[in-house]
Amino acid sequence: MTDSILKVSGLTKRFGGLVAVDNVTFEVPTGEVFALIGPNGAGKTTLFNCITGMYKPTLGTVTFRDRDLTGSPPHRTAKAGIARTFQNIRLFEYMSALDNVRLGHHSRMHAKLWDSLLKTPFERREERHIVEHSMELLDLVGLSSHADNYARNLAYGQQRRLEIARALATDPKLLLLDEPAAGFTPQEKVELMALVQVILKRGVTVFLIEHDMRVVMQASQRIVVLDHGEKIAEGAPTEVRTNQRVIEAYLGKSA
Amino acid sequence: MSAAGAFFRTRMRSPNAIAYTIMILAALFYPVIVQFATNGSGDYLVGLAADGGIYMLMAIGLNVVVGFAGLLDLGYAAFFAIGSYTYAIVASNHMGVTPLGHSLHVPFWIALFIGLFVAATAGVMLGAPTLRLRGDYLAIVTLGFGEIVPRVFRNAGVWTGGVPGISALDVPTLPGWFVGPWVNMDFAWVPNFRFTSANLTAYYVLMVILITGVVFLVNNLYNSRLGRAWMAVREDETAAAASGVNTVTVKLLAFSIGAATSGFAGAFYGAKLSYVSSENFGFIVSVTVLAMVVLGGMGNIPGAMLGAFVLYFILFWLLPNAPTQMENLASAIGLGSLNTATPNGWPGIAEEVSRSKYLIFGLILVGIMLLRPQGLLPSQVRKQELKHTADAVPAGK
Repeated sequence: MTDSILKVSGLTKRFGGLVAVDNVTFEVPTGEVFALIGPNGAGKTTLFNCITGMYKPTLGTVTFRDRDLTGSPPHRTAKAGIARTFQNIRLFEYMSALDNVRLGHHSRMHAKLWDSLLKTPFERREERHIVEHSMELLDLVGLSSHADNYARNLAYGQQRRLEIARALATDPKLLLLDEPAAGFTPQEKVELMALVQVILKRGVTVFLIEHDMRVVMQASQRIVVLDHGEKIAEGAPTEVRTNQRVIEAYLGKSA
Repeated sequence: MSAAGAFFRTRMRSPNAIAYTIMILAALFYPVIVQFATNGSGDYLVGLAADGGIYMLMAIGLNVVVGFAGLLDLGYAAFFAIGSYTYAIVASNHMGVTPLGHSLHVPFWIALFIGLFVAATAGVMLGAPTLRLRGDYLAIVTLGFGEIVPRVFRNAGVWTGGVPGISALDVPTLPGWFVGPWVNMDFAWVPNFRFTSANLTAYYVLMVILITGVVFLVNNLYNSRLGRAWMAVREDETAAAASGVNTVTVKLLAFSIGAATSGFAGAFYGAKLSYVSSENFGFIVSVTVLAMVVLGGMGNIPGAMLGAFVLYFILFWLLPNAPTQMENLASAIGLGSLNTATPNGWPGIAEEVSRSKYLIFGLILVGIMLLRPQGLLPSQVRKQELKHTADAVPAGK
């Protein structure tokens, strides 16, 4: 497995006495859909937070494209090429859908303070370009007709997709989706999986947390299972499905 | 015709375009109308408006900090003081009486920008260690800063002139200026024009030009990637950081741009007054400017400007004139007896009104906020936020 985009090794996160993530090691292969599953409270989102720099890991390293990103602040991991969405949607509610996506371009823009102050031709050109690109991304997630709506006025499913568009605007190489299908109807889940395929084709590796087993089994090539912060299994969906420890973690130990 | 029609249809749909148009017209016609209405003795009122412009500049700057980036700054007057004192130090004879022994007379325009840069630097120095704090904590730190700065200036002894402050600052100059009948002179072009209190219209015009320039720049910022980042940080710092915004830098920029505006206004204030003293930069200045921004409409530049205008008008024209106005009113409706003090404790209506000046001011503030909680000219976002809180539909998951 030489071709992995993200390497997490020996990652541990403690909150006081609580060990949320316990010595977890895995690699995310480039260009695939990689899934992280586990029961509630297993430490999945904490792991995401450690990778994106929201939390500083207590121990262990995060290596992204052969660069050590352990403990880098979120804006730096974003710039390095890791984008994410949130389990409980975190959009800029009082900004338009278009502006949400425009903001996602922030770290890729080059206008300096003086350009902004004086509205130089360079700044205007860049803004025009960013608006075009944002509209493209809105189109990709099927929201181009809602560009001018406030994010908070969008429907739930639209908000989830807008968050993906904003994440894609940072021009990531790796996209972390935290329960992207939560609260979706079966139809919406099918659409989401189609969208994930489109994102893959754009050369973005997808790493997702998901509860819906059908979604996970269908979409992902490789799965890591966490329970109580520990990695209990890793492998292809079929392997994981039959793994005894995974079944126990989800259904409880049979006597 | 149709081109103009199209222009108005597209531009005028935005309420801010209308507000700006009205403000520019008002600024242009104000001195003319005042002079006509007072038969040519309206210089005082024109000068008053020029002084109000200083508050307007501060309100525009504080609006960047509070309205755009959502950082509550309760010590904004500190930067105003820093700008003023910087100007006083680099553009007066004062350095001649300090151990430096050599007075500095930096040209007016350069000195203005020195004031701006020193204040901006102070903003960065205060912001860098404190902007990691959120909300109320930041407010308390800025409150402390606002209290410390004037005290430092008062106690820095010979360097800042101590309690009396520094006087006889260099007055503003321009390479040239028009004079005309409005100052009772013939039309003429005066090279190396020096502003004096005999020519308040010149101050007024200069103030209008400066405000226009600052509004232009700040409005550009608002519509740039930085403006967007400010909004994002205000709404959700975590999401902004995850989207690639360096939240500390962005907040620091808001803070120092606000400080720069205040320092610029302070330098101009020092030059106009030709005198600085630590008494002029108290907490009340910070609070007044904050009230201007909130009352006018946080996050909206024309709102902050209107707020500054309204509060300045109330504080420096309506309330000072209220006692005499009340006396006249009392006489006119046949209650002239109220005007004289009586031995049983009634001080006369003028004195009574004058004593309750700040009570009236407070009542007006409360009244406006009750009638228009979103501010006089709110930003679209504030309007929405308020509407949604009023509807209070809990977000279902």
